[in-house]
Amino acid sequence: MGYNINDKGYYGEFGGAYIPEMLYPNVEELRQNYLKIMAAPSFKEEFDQLLKDYVGRPSPLYFAKRLSDRYNTKVYLKREDLNHTGAHKVNNTIGQILMAQRLGKKRIIAETGAGQHGVATATVCALMGMECIVYMGEIDIARQAPNVARMKMLGAKVVPALSGSRTLKDATNEAIRDWINNPIDTHYIIGSVVGPHPYPDMVARFQAIISEEMQWQLQEKEGRTTPDYVVACVGGGSNAAGAFYHYLENTNVNLIAVEAAGKGIHSGESAATSVLGKEGIIHGSKTLLMQTSDGQITEPYSISAGLDYPGVGPMHAHLYKTGRAEFISITDDEAMTAGLGLSKLEGIIPAIETSHSLAVLDQKTFKPEDIVVINLSGRGDKDLQNYIDYFKL
Amino acid sequence: MNRINKKLQDDKKLLSIYFSAGYPGIDDTVTIIQDLEKSGVDMVEIGLPFSDPLADGPTIQKSSTQALKNGMTTNLLFKQLENIRKTVDIPLIIMGYFNPMLQYGVEAFCKTCQDIGIDGLIIPDLPVDVYNEQYKSTFEKYGLINVFLITPQTSVERIRFIDSISNGFIYMVSSASVTGSSSGFGKEQTQYFKRIADMNLKNPQIIGFGISNNETFAQATQYAKGAIIGSAFIKHLTDKGVNTINQFVKNILN
Repeated sequence: MGYNINDKGYYGEFGGAYIPEMLYPNVEELRQNYLKIMAAPSFKEEFDQLLKDYVGRPSPLYFAKRLSDRYNTKVYLKREDLNHTGAHKVNNTIGQILMAQRLGKKRIIAETGAGQHGVATATVCALMGMECIVYMGEIDIARQAPNVARMKMLGAKVVPALSGSRTLKDATNEAIRDWINNPIDTHYIIGSVVGPHPYPDMVARFQAIISEEMQWQLQEKEGRTTPDYVVACVGGGSNAAGAFYHYLENTNVNLIAVEAAGKGIHSGESAATSVLGKEGIIHGSKTLLMQTSDGQITEPYSISAGLDYPGVGPMHAHLYKTGRAEFISITDDEAMTAGLGLSKLEGIIPAIETSHSLAVLDQKTFKPEDIVVINLSGRGDKDLQNYIDYFKL
Repeated sequence: MNRINKKLQDDKKLLSIYFSAGYPGIDDTVTIIQDLEKSGVDMVEIGLPFSDPLADGPTIQKSSTQALKNGMTTNLLFKQLENIRKTVDIPLIIMGYFNPMLQYGVEAFCKTCQDIGIDGLIIPDLPVDVYNEQYKSTFEKYGLINVFLITPQTSVERIRFIDSISNGFIYMVSSASVTGSSSGFGKEQTQYFKRIADMNLKNPQIIGFGISNNETFAQATQYAKGAIIGSAFIKHLTDKGVNTINQFVKNILN
C-alpha cells in the first residue's frame, strides 16, 4: 500500500476535488500544470535560492541535549521556527507565489486563522510586488491584532470574514468565494495540506523540504538518514506533511501526529479531529472532519489558533485510517507546560502549536537509543500574550 | 415521466424559485412551496441548509445560517415534506451541499426523496466525474434527475460532456460569481447566453445567479428555457415576510 497521493488525487479513500463547477477551471488549470511547473529547472533554481537566501534554509537540526537528558532519549529539534516570518508556513508561500507567477496570475488571495499564513503570504506578495488580499475571521482579527498589523505593514488588505462562526473555516469559505468571483487573474494560496486536489499534494511537496533536509542532517550527525520517530502537530497538517513526506513509505520510521485536545477530548471544546471527526467533505476535500450527525461542520477549540481547524488534510486522514501514523491528542494544559519546559531547558520559546508536539515527550516513553525528531514548526513570539495570560507572567 | 421533464415540455418560459428550507420560520417550508405554486411558479428548489455554503453569497448564507439556528435538519425537512404531494403538483428539487447528504447516506437520501415525490437534486459540490462513477446508478434507481451547473468559464468540451450525462436541464450560472452578486446582465453575459443557446444541447438550459426582477428574468429567458431566482426571493421574505409571495411572483412574470 502507498501512503502518498495516487494519480486520481486521493490518499486511499480521502482527497479528491469536491468543488462547485464555478471553481473547476481554476483548480483544473492548477492540476494540469503544478507538477510540470515544479519540475522545471528554472523553478527549482528560483525556489531553492529564495529558500536559502530569503527564508534562511536549511533550518538547523539541533540536538537538544538537556531535553534529551531529561527524557532519557535522543531528541532532535528541526528548527522551522528560525525561518523568516517565524514558522514553516513560508516554505509553502514561496513555492506558491512562484507557481502563481508562472500561471500568469496578478492577484493573490489567502485565508488565515491566527495570522501566520496570512503574514507568510503578505510577505511573499511584498517580495514579488503582487496584490494581496487576506481573509480572516472577524473574531480572529480581534484576537490576533499584531499579525493583522504585520500584514498591513506588508501591504496586504485584510478582509474580515463575517459569515458563519467568523473564524478560520469561514475565512477559507470567503477566500473560495473570492476565487469563484475572480476566476481569471487570481491565485488562491491555501495555507495547509487541505482543500481540493491538487492543493494537499502541492503544499506537501513544498513543505517536503523539511524532511529532505532531515535526511542529510541526520546522516551528518548520526550516520543514518532515518530517525526512529518523527513528531509533528496537526491542525490542517502542513508541517507534519512536510516532516513525514520523505519517510511515508519507510515504515521503520514511526510517525506521530499530534492533535489539540483543547480542554479534553470529550469536553466539547476540542480539535482532535481523528478521534471526534467522521468522514465527510470540507473545503473541497473528502477527509475526516468534526461535524454534527446531520453533516453540519462544527467549530473546534484549541488554545492554539493554528490547530483549531475542524478537519485534517486528506493525507493525515489516510495515515490515521491505515494506522501508518500514531495520533496523540494533547490538552491545552499539557501543551502550555511543555512550551514552558522547552523555554527553560533549551532557551527556545515555541509556538503553542509546536508545544503540543513537545508534550508527547511527557506522554510516551522512548528508548534511550531512539532518535526522536520533533518538528519545531514555529516560534512563540506571536503567542506571548497567551503565555502571559496562562502563566500570569 | 419525471415531473421536471414534463414541465420542460410546456410551451412557455419557466420560472423556478429557490429558498432555504426553514427560513424565515422553521415551519414555513410547506406554505412557501404551496404559495409559490399558486402564484404561478413552475418549479421550486428547496434549499437544504448547510453550515459552509461555498457557492453562495451573503443573502443565501444568512438564510441558511438562520434556518440551521431555527433547527432545520435533513430529517426534519423530509418530515415536513412527507405529504407535500397531496397539495403540490409542480416539480420539486432539493438543492444542497454534498456533506449533509453523505452523512444521511446517499442511497437513503435518494430513496426518501423518491418516497416524498422529489424530482431532482442540485448538489453544487458533487463533481460531475464522481457522480458519474459512483452515484449515477443510485440517482437513476430512485428516479431522480441530477442537475449540473455550467459557467462562462466551462469549456465547450466539458459542456458537451455534462450535456451527455444530464437528463433534465442544465443549470447555467449567469456569471463567474457566487449567488446574489450581480445586478443586470451586460453584453458579456448575453453573448455567453447566446453562445450556449447556439450549441443546440439536448438538455434545455435554465439560467440562475443574478436574476432578480422582471427585467433580468425576461433577458435570461430570451436565450434559455427558464430562469431561477434565489437571493432576490429570500430578500423579499426577509423584508416582507411570507404573506406577499404572490406579489413577488407577479412582479417577475408581468
